[in-house]
Amino acid sequence: MTKAITVSGLHKSFGKTQALAGLDLDVEAGEVHGFLGPNGSGKSTTIRVLLGLLHADSGAAQLLGRDPWTDAVELHRRVAYVPGDVTLWRNLSGGEVIDLYGKLRGGLDKSRRTELIDRFELDPTKKGRTYSKGNRQKVALVAAFASDVDLLILDEPTSGLDPLMEEVFQRCVEEERDRGRTILLSSHILSEVEELCDRVSIIRKGRTVESGSLSDLRHLTRTSVTAELTGAPNGLASIPGVHDLAIQQIQNSQGHRVRLQVEADQLNAVLRSLSESGVRSLTSKPPTLEELFLRHYQETA
Amino acid sequence: MTAAAFPARTGVSGSRQLAGTGALLRFNLRRDRVVVPAWVAVTGLLVLSLPGSLKSVYSTPAERADIARQMLTNSSLRATYGPVFNDSLGGLTAWRIGGYAAILAGIMSLVVVVRHTRDEEESGRQELVSSAMVGRRAPLTAALLTALVANSALALLIAGGMAGQGSAGALALGLGIGGVGMVFATLAAIVAQFTDSGRLAKGLTGGLLGAAFVLRAVGDSTTNDGSSPATWISPIGWLENLRPFAAERWWVLTLFAAATLVQGVVAYELAGRRDVGMSFFAARPGPAQGRLGTAGALAWRLQRGSVLGWGLGFFAAGVAFGGITKGAADLVGDNAKTREVIERMGGQSGIEDAFLATMVGMFGMLAALYAVSSVLRLHSEETGQRAEPILANAVGRLRWAAGHLTIAFVGAVVIMLLSGLGLTLGYGAEPGPILAATLVQLPAIWSLGALAVLLHGISPRLSPASWATAGLALALGWIGPALNLPQAVLNVSPFGHLPKLPGGDMAWGPVIVLTAIAATLVAVGLTALRRRDLTT
Repeated sequence: MTKAITVSGLHKSFGKTQALAGLDLDVEAGEVHGFLGPNGSGKSTTIRVLLGLLHADSGAAQLLGRDPWTDAVELHRRVAYVPGDVTLWRNLSGGEVIDLYGKLRGGLDKSRRTELIDRFELDPTKKGRTYSKGNRQKVALVAAFASDVDLLILDEPTSGLDPLMEEVFQRCVEEERDRGRTILLSSHILSEVEELCDRVSIIRKGRTVESGSLSDLRHLTRTSVTAELTGAPNGLASIPGVHDLAIQQIQNSQGHRVRLQVEADQLNAVLRSLSESGVRSLTSKPPTLEELFLRHYQETA
Repeated sequence: MTAAAFPARTGVSGSRQLAGTGALLRFNLRRDRVVVPAWVAVTGLLVLSLPGSLKSVYSTPAERADIARQMLTNSSLRATYGPVFNDSLGGLTAWRIGGYAAILAGIMSLVVVVRHTRDEEESGRQELVSSAMVGRRAPLTAALLTALVANSALALLIAGGMAGQGSAGALALGLGIGGVGMVFATLAAIVAQFTDSGRLAKGLTGGLLGAAFVLRAVGDSTTNDGSSPATWISPIGWLENLRPFAAERWWVLTLFAAATLVQGVVAYELAGRRDVGMSFFAARPGPAQGRLGTAGALAWRLQRGSVLGWGLGFFAAGVAFGGITKGAADLVGDNAKTREVIERMGGQSGIEDAFLATMVGMFGMLAALYAVSSVLRLHSEETGQRAEPILANAVGRLRWAAGHLTIAFVGAVVIMLLSGLGLTLGYGAEPGPILAATLVQLPAIWSLGALAVLLHGISPRLSPASWATAGLALALGWIGPALNLPQAVLNVSPFGHLPKLPGGDMAWGPVIVLTAIAATLVAVGLTALRRRDLTT
């Protein structure tokens, strides 16, 4: 499969601040790739390097098989970008900006434009200065989704959208994927990432700390298990990979309630131990993206 | 509600309207801690340096009396500098520099007021500030107080520094210059209520400041005692009529006070009647479909208003100055020093041509300000995060820059031609020589604009320095000749190298060299722009 984006060992410093410290990123053609990381971890810097706005200090980056710095203009014909903080010109209407961006990218689908304006409930006649944050984002989103491009780079595109518009946005991303377009989606809205992304990369302090499909990532982390046992648990604490174990006797009975977190490769041992004590009920939850996230975000380097 | 409770409530809300003014004032002064002191110091020192320089040019009282008489009888010179009311060193200083120092005070004041009112609202920062314990009229009050602090400092500096020439005259000159500053501070406060962009508010108030200068000039060309109605309409004319160092007419100060007060009250009334961030003119809807399709078209769309404003201003000022050129030949007597000064400014002996050459030179230096501001649109687009999404499209940096640079460099040609056309119409002469003279200014204008391209190309943080270089060229061009500065110093400014036209001999050398320098600076600047990181 061809790669839409390949980045390896990317470094970028601003004075004494190191923004990227050997970042890796692989985005397959045709996938929706989640790009996650805490504030200031280097997501926007990476995107700006990919757009040829910043020159990396070292490392390799390729966009659609070409160099994002030297081939910037050629590449941008096939790329649409939505920044997290959309700034418009005070005196230009939203419609004018949409058409300008479309023409500067080399094409805009007129009927798609009309349809998107309708779906996002955007008034294209308002001037830039009168739009709210969410409406400015809609202008950039309509321009991006209506453009005839291969790759969409979206940098926290929905931070100002209401839940209804968030829903419209998700449908649009799915439609784009169905048309075979590649999408790099940087986001903090985890439900959105879980809903849309085929694969994610989590970065921290300018480095990639995790990359893969959501199920891959889940596999690497802990499952939380809650069980009601007819008897007393035995030996759970001694199984390696069991964390946050809490045992509580159920009133007026011999039974116990057990909560624990277990790493994926020890799940078998835990289940065996539980069944020896007699299981009355059992729920197990895969880790949510939130938990995955928090684990990476809070980890000290 | 009882009648007794109501007055108490309005009393409270009345005082609350100004809540937070003190904190905002301190905040404003902190934000302005570099620019305002520097501006005050440069303006003040410009004034304070004059007595010494004048003394070196006109060393004896007889010479000074002679020059004063010459200047008073010549209408075009009166138009340029105003009439001379006293031939003491103090009197000549007030005559020679007073009006220009007042213009500098006016620019400082309007920038300070707009920066702390409309700019803050436009950026959205005002919203956050006003959500705190800040009264509805506190931001305007704090801005006007900031301007008052700046103008008071300037007045004190001048009054103290000039006291050696006579303390009454020094006080009058200081207060008059500060007074002009405050008149334009409150005028800017009114304009800022109507416009919804700080850029427009500054441009419009700046235009009114220019109109005040032209009015004074036209008035002084017809009378030799400042008594023309045109002069009396202009706040810069009031400074002249205050007559520092020439039997001061102290009552004129009440004009400054009254104008400041009335304009201040109007601005206050307007400020209390509108919503934060809004202007009195509601934004009209724009087209749903856009026709803009290139980076160049976008640049033109963003800058066309400014080009139009400069063009109209240059044309109108050209007509006004062309109209008063005729009087230049009225010069009676034959004072070698006067001729020497005029020749240094105009470069040759035909007085009308010399006057026209001086005017053309002035338009050239002002056009350099246009060129710098137009080039620096690149800077504001980049730091305002509007360049980033454009460059994320299939637009190279060169093409993006080219749109704005074309407007800067070709726009300079257009506004210079318009000034020449105005001069021709006002003067009633053959257009050829005057239009040629205006075009000869272009290499110097271009090179100052090109320096801005270079500085922005290297780093946007350096960009503001291009204002300093354009300002230096302006100061050298205006003050230099009267100060008898050596040519080596005058040559620091690119304008110092240009042939003095109309009337002088055309010299192709400097024109070609300056054009080549401008082209090189642009090329190096664009190369640097292509290689550096975009400011994000």
